Amino acid sequence: MGVVTFTMDDVQYSANEGDTILKVARDNGVHIPTLCFLEGLSPVGACRLCLVEIEGSPKLFPACTTKPAEGMIVRTQTERLKKYRKMIVELLASEGNHQCAVCVVNGHCELQDLAYEVGLDHVRFPYLYPAKTLDASHKEFVIDRNRCVLCTRCVRVCHEVEGAHVWDIANRGINCEIIADMNTPWGESDLCTSCGKCVRVCPVGALLEKGATVGELKKERGFVKVIVTARSKHEWITVEDHEEE
Amino acid sequence: MKPRVATVWLGGCSGCHMSFLDLDERLIELADKMELVYSPIADIKEFPHNVDVTLVEGAITNSENEEYAHIIRKRSKFIVAFGDCATTGNVTAMRNRFTPDEILKRSYIELAEKNPQIPNDYTTLAQLLKKARPLHEVIKVDAWLHGCPPTADQIWFAMTSLLEGKIPVLPPAYLRYG
Amino acid sequence: MTIEDLHELAEKERQRQAQYKYRILYCSSAGCVSSGCEAARTALKQALEEHGVAKQCELVGTGCLGMCGEGPLVLVHNDQTLYQRVDATIARKIVEEHILKGNIVREHTIDLNDPFFAEQKKIVLENMGKINAESIEEYIAADGYSALVKVLSGMTPEDVISEIRRSNLRGRGGAGYPTGLKWDIVRKSPSDQKYVVCNADEGDPGAFMDRSVLEGDPHRVLEGMAIAGYAVGANQGYIYVRAEYPLAIERLRLAIKQAERLGILGNRILESNFNFHIDIRIGAGAFVCGEETALIRSIMGRRGRPRPRPPFPSEKGLWDKPTVINNVETFANVPPIIRNGASWFTSIGTQKSPGTKVFALAGKVKRTGLIEVPMGISLRKVVFDIGGGTPDGSTFKAVQTGGPSGGCIPEQHLDLPVDYESLQSVGSIMGSGGMIVMDNTSDMVDVAKFFMEFCMDESCGKCIPCRVGTKHIYMMLDKIVKEEGTEEDFALLQELCVMVKETSLCGLGQSAPNPVLSTIRFFREEYTKKLQPTSCYEGNASTITETNGEQK
Repeated sequence: MGVVTFTMDDVQYSANEGDTILKVARDNGVHIPTLCFLEGLSPVGACRLCLVEIEGSPKLFPACTTKPAEGMIVRTQTERLKKYRKMIVELLASEGNHQCAVCVVNGHCELQDLAYEVGLDHVRFPYLYPAKTLDASHKEFVIDRNRCVLCTRCVRVCHEVEGAHVWDIANRGINCEIIADMNTPWGESDLCTSCGKCVRVCPVGALLEKGATVGELKKERGFVKVIVTARSKHEWITVEDHEEE
Repeated sequence: MKPRVATVWLGGCSGCHMSFLDLDERLIELADKMELVYSPIADIKEFPHNVDVTLVEGAITNSENEEYAHIIRKRSKFIVAFGDCATTGNVTAMRNRFTPDEILKRSYIELAEKNPQIPNDYTTLAQLLKKARPLHEVIKVDAWLHGCPPTADQIWFAMTSLLEGKIPVLPPAYLRYG
Repeated sequence: MTIEDLHELAEKERQRQAQYKYRILYCSSAGCVSSGCEAARTALKQALEEHGVAKQCELVGTGCLGMCGEGPLVLVHNDQTLYQRVDATIARKIVEEHILKGNIVREHTIDLNDPFFAEQKKIVLENMGKINAESIEEYIAADGYSALVKVLSGMTPEDVISEIRRSNLRGRGGAGYPTGLKWDIVRKSPSDQKYVVCNADEGDPGAFMDRSVLEGDPHRVLEGMAIAGYAVGANQGYIYVRAEYPLAIERLRLAIKQAERLGILGNRILESNFNFHIDIRIGAGAFVCGEETALIRSIMGRRGRPRPRPPFPSEKGLWDKPTVINNVETFANVPPIIRNGASWFTSIGTQKSPGTKVFALAGKVKRTGLIEVPMGISLRKVVFDIGGGTPDGSTFKAVQTGGPSGGCIPEQHLDLPVDYESLQSVGSIMGSGGMIVMDNTSDMVDVAKFFMEFCMDESCGKCIPCRVGTKHIYMMLDKIVKEEGTEEDFALLQELCVMVKETSLCGLGQSAPNPVLSTIRFFREEYTKKLQPTSCYEGNASTITETNGEQK
């Protein structure tokens, strides 16, 4: 496999051909914020938080899908990028109903982490207060669409890893929503194996376990390691104990 | 001359003011450095002119809040959105997916134990706005103090910087959503 | 069918047409269908029969005759007389006076020397008003499929690509990417399977260029696609056409069937070793499916959402195979280029943008309709000569090109030549060919709001800047239109527009702010005069003077 050498934030890196800029950055401890990206799922380049500048192009490129080329000069922390990242978090905050008493206590919310990271002290865009629904029909889990950031991690993990494809997106634009099957209550889904992968990959509190305390509402942050077996008994076997990043 | 400071309680639960009182003995230190010219914890009827700093708790949720916000803006040099309701709408804004009529009906008719009726004398009562809004959607705000409520330490940080003549910009450690 | 058979068929068809004393062509495109061409056709047919001349006259439906605002249009081909607003009475008159006695009914004609026609140059639309839109024989008799014959009888795929490259044909979908270069990349991408896709998901409000081509001359597009297939080594083509175009779909289906019957599509085309099949895929009406990666996903039966490029479809397209994806009008330009040579094509238009461009001219002009002009023509000529200027009593304000992705161009830039780079230099784009003229009655903030509402509704919702940003831009514009906006809203609006433009995933979001940014650029005062003052501090307290830390 070939190797390419490129510069990122004034430091030279070598990358295996096929690696993305994000992978090289993560492997070398360079922090680029992400939301829709999750290792183990196909990258979709949707959240635009990992946008980076590449010298010679006026365009911005998502680090999660862009591969470095020989001699490429990449910048990940310019003022323009920081400003846009902050605006993206502002837009997200205005879009859903994110008044939440859980995340602030347990700290397990990637949206909250992002807001801390970009120093969000107020949102300049009017809050939209959408009338979203909550579906608690599943016996183990709940989906609260008020909290959803539409990262589609749940859609992808269900389709790509579990192979069930329960989740998909309905509607378009600002009216997009995650739905189960053909928009049936989750508990009535024919396809759902109750594996819980979607809950574990959800970056926010949109998908959660029933009966868990606030402190227990933790999310899987690393690679998806869950394999479903005795699903009816609410027992999961994990490949290894999940480590926090 | 000591800086003239005001605190205001709009559409909130007064929890932020309670947290202010949690400054405890630091309140004595504060009292030396500033003049409290208006506050729900001081008995002053009218919002004064020429205020240096005003802390506003609560969202803008009714016509009185809205009118008041503009008065405060005109009379205060610096305005700090005090707590999450003033910053994001927070709990006060959770009613926003319903119409004011639905809310009044629920509160005063459906949940009434005695004498169900919706108050309607708006010569003395404030009218609910269509939506509760954070302060900066209504007037220009100069700084934001997060938290539901902000902790005494956050308040201390903000107040001491203000009294040193500086606008507080909270470091990330003092950001707190909820 | 062999090539000789094809020539024979063309000759036979020409003879058949020559036997008629009159060929009467009525416009059968959607515009004239909605203004009542069916009634005109019936009346013409009846009158011809009643007067016993039905056998000497051929009455056929042809493609769009251009001046859609004056439809239904009827063209007497022999003496090139064009009748407008033909109802049953006028139809009868045409037969009784013109056909029977040879007296042209002057009061109902449109002068074909009018600048509306005289300033046009027809390549893509050359068969409109010439052939029956539903007859492959007529297409063949008008030199149709001769480019495919030329390609199959002696040109190598490399020859075809180099001819297209030399012609400097650029994508007519709006971005202007060189077609030959695209084909070359697909040709060189190693794969056992390649595809050709025709993007007929025309969705700009008010635009109907591609629809007209598909309705009036579907075989031209099929021929262009087959040539592309030969050039890149693909054996399968798809036409992705929106469900809102039922007539175009019907004519395409018919055309494909006819071509297959004659062995012009299918296996061993014209007894060569080249196989090429074309299937139709019908879109469900999402604007974003005009974006190539979303379109490809939609063909695959998945949700039409774009993905980041690279990889481009020319490397990884339909089912991850190298795919040529071009717009209808681009394919329609291919047969004449092959037929007449690249140097013929480059003699038309400008050096950087040769050829012609079809526009749907609409809005506040005297004459609206479908026009084809040489690249490089000035906007002034299009608006004032072809369009006849704004209606009496009103003055020109702006011309909007590129639909919801384009911008508004004011009076001072009207002498700009119509080409990709010039339009871009004033914050608009060529786009697929919508052109809307506005006069002094148009409120430009309202115009921007209209386009933003369209983009907001059509956003697929995948990326955050487009999904949420377009919503906020729309809300801010609405606030300003209602005269409730402030200076701060206006500043934030501009900041957000630039952010959405620079950070959105696909062309929809990247270009959605264009109408806002261009109206702010040229009509700023229309925004500022609507802004409201805000409350501010009126006293003289002065203790606090500076900030600590970074200020926002």
